[in-house]
Amino acid sequence: MSLKIENLHANIGDREILKGLNLEMPKGEVHAIMGKNGSGKSTLAKVMAGHPDYEVSAGQVLLDGLNLFEMEEPDQRARTGLFVAFQYPMEVPGVTIANFIRAALQARLPEGEELDAVDYYHHLYEKMDLLKIDRKFTSRAVNEGFSGGEKKRCEILQMAMLNPVYAVLDETDSGLDIDALRIVSEGVNAMRSPERGLLVITHYQRLLDYIVPDVVHVMVDGRIVMSGDKTLAHKLEAEGYDWVEKELLQKA
Amino acid sequence: MSNTLMENPIAAQSAWPAWFTAEQATALAEYEKSPTPTRKNEPWRFANLKPLDLSAFVEAKPVASEGRLINASAGLAETSAKLVLGNNTLLHRESSLPEGVIFETLETAATKHTDLFKKYFMSQPVELGSLKYAALHKARLTGGAFLFVPANTSVELPIEIFQWVEGANASVFPHTLIVCGENSSVTVVDYFKSADKLPAFACGVNDLHLAAGAKLTYVSVQDWSHETTAFHLNSTSVDRNATCTALIANFGGGFVRGESLSRLIGEGSRSEMFSINPVEGTREIDQRTLQDHVAPHATSDLLYLNALDDKSRTIFAGLIKVEPGAKGTDAYQKVKNLILSDDADPNSMPGLEILNDEVRCSHGATNGPVSDEELFYMQARGIKRDAGRRLIVNGFFNSLLERIENENLRTHLEQLLAKRLAIA
Repeated sequence: MSLKIENLHANIGDREILKGLNLEMPKGEVHAIMGKNGSGKSTLAKVMAGHPDYEVSAGQVLLDGLNLFEMEEPDQRARTGLFVAFQYPMEVPGVTIANFIRAALQARLPEGEELDAVDYYHHLYEKMDLLKIDRKFTSRAVNEGFSGGEKKRCEILQMAMLNPVYAVLDETDSGLDIDALRIVSEGVNAMRSPERGLLVITHYQRLLDYIVPDVVHVMVDGRIVMSGDKTLAHKLEAEGYDWVEKELLQKA
Repeated sequence: MSNTLMENPIAAQSAWPAWFTAEQATALAEYEKSPTPTRKNEPWRFANLKPLDLSAFVEAKPVASEGRLINASAGLAETSAKLVLGNNTLLHRESSLPEGVIFETLETAATKHTDLFKKYFMSQPVELGSLKYAALHKARLTGGAFLFVPANTSVELPIEIFQWVEGANASVFPHTLIVCGENSSVTVVDYFKSADKLPAFACGVNDLHLAAGAKLTYVSVQDWSHETTAFHLNSTSVDRNATCTALIANFGGGFVRGESLSRLIGEGSRSEMFSINPVEGTREIDQRTLQDHVAPHATSDLLYLNALDDKSRTIFAGLIKVEPGAKGTDAYQKVKNLILSDDADPNSMPGLEILNDEVRCSHGATNGPVSDEELFYMQARGIKRDAGRRLIVNGFFNSLLERIENENLRTHLEQLLAKRLAIA
């Protein structure tokens, strides 16, 4: 059981961004993808989620053997068990967080079955408390007027409520101060489970002090070029991404 | 046909005093001699004139399913009074209003409170095109709701009015007249509902009068069947430092012509004119508005939201008029169209007429589709495209409902909206 990305090529317009990306993350593990800006990290997250701006030209992504790209609509992929926490979560004016998450849970129930409202709020408040989100937020519109940190917490809240099998967290640390980073990381760590795989995308090693990965992958120009244990993240932090490129040149 | 809308004489058993019956005869003559509007009349530009053929409609019979309608007249959990009218006659009344508040049927008010009635009944000018239909309304009026809140009286809990139509092609003439005395405050929810999914004709008038310092929140929940042709002629008159918040929710009706006049007659008065219009199928909502600034330092704020699906159609024509004496006017007018279908047809004609230089006015109209990014975000959480779209439409309207201060009322309206959009 794993999240398996095979020879993935994707482009936006006529610009190819993912150029044959391979990665396998067994269920129960936490993997990190590190890479410079522009290496294609966010594209990978959006392509998996099914963002309509990107076109997949080759390759596949298998979620426990199920091919994501055979599911045309993004909502099918999400209901299959994929969750992507976005780097820049969208604002949805007028739709409250409570109603938004409720609709997402309702969509996972069989036709005609209704979500129990009391249970739902109980569960929601529990997760909000864990993420130190004020309960007043339930009646605020999704991400509207939120600070960067509030948006990221709201993403993790959604993840906690939707209980995905595989989650991709795109730059969840960006825009967070150290306290918010700790709270968000605790929220993510609480989701670690043998029944789940977490793929953490980040630019900085800092996040990985809080969410300690089993495997670190380095992404350069649309491919995974190097993988190792958590010490690879420290090495990258110390030596910079230039070091990776030099290593690659030497090997070539 | 002896019982068509026009041929039937005014009911002999009418509860009106004789002087009013005489006025009705005059009104009927006015209706008959007024020409049917054409698109050459400015207030009927772009209008669909087919619904103006009223020949299919007949006089409403007495309500057959009285008990059912009374039971279905359930709105807010807590109210201070309720009036239920069906086919223009009183079905039910309950009240725990403070002393001095008059909440009666209109015909009772005409007899028992003749001076008040004469002073306020249809006393506002009809300036937005439907003089003919205002005359028809008056000629055929058999009942309605009358509310008078005396000076310095606050009605804490909302008052609800339910006005039903029952029967195929039945005609109803709902009327709500609200008079708020100085420094009084009250909230009224006016529901317009059909007993069945049948064609009908409604021609209603709502007039709101606010004396100095009064505060009124008035919500019209128009929920006629989608086969109904409806006219709703609304006027508001706001005196010194009074505040009126009026929200018109057009949930129903196949063809709805709404005219809303707000006159700011006292210094420092404020009028909020809101409307939410979810339209689909071939439904059509034609709204004409006038914010008439007579007095200085008054504020009017109009925000109309339309969400158009399928082949639906909306017309918004609004005018802000600043009279010569109305210096220091703050006037805003905005219509936003959320376009859900390529075949939908939104028409917006915002307008200004400013006869005083010291004013702040803005007006505008926007058209936009559902944001792909918002929709993608919803789908990325597992929400199906169609449900996501409905949620976005719901959010679009909810952002206006946030302007309703009373929390219980706001929550109630949010629930009605969610139900209307098949979300909850």
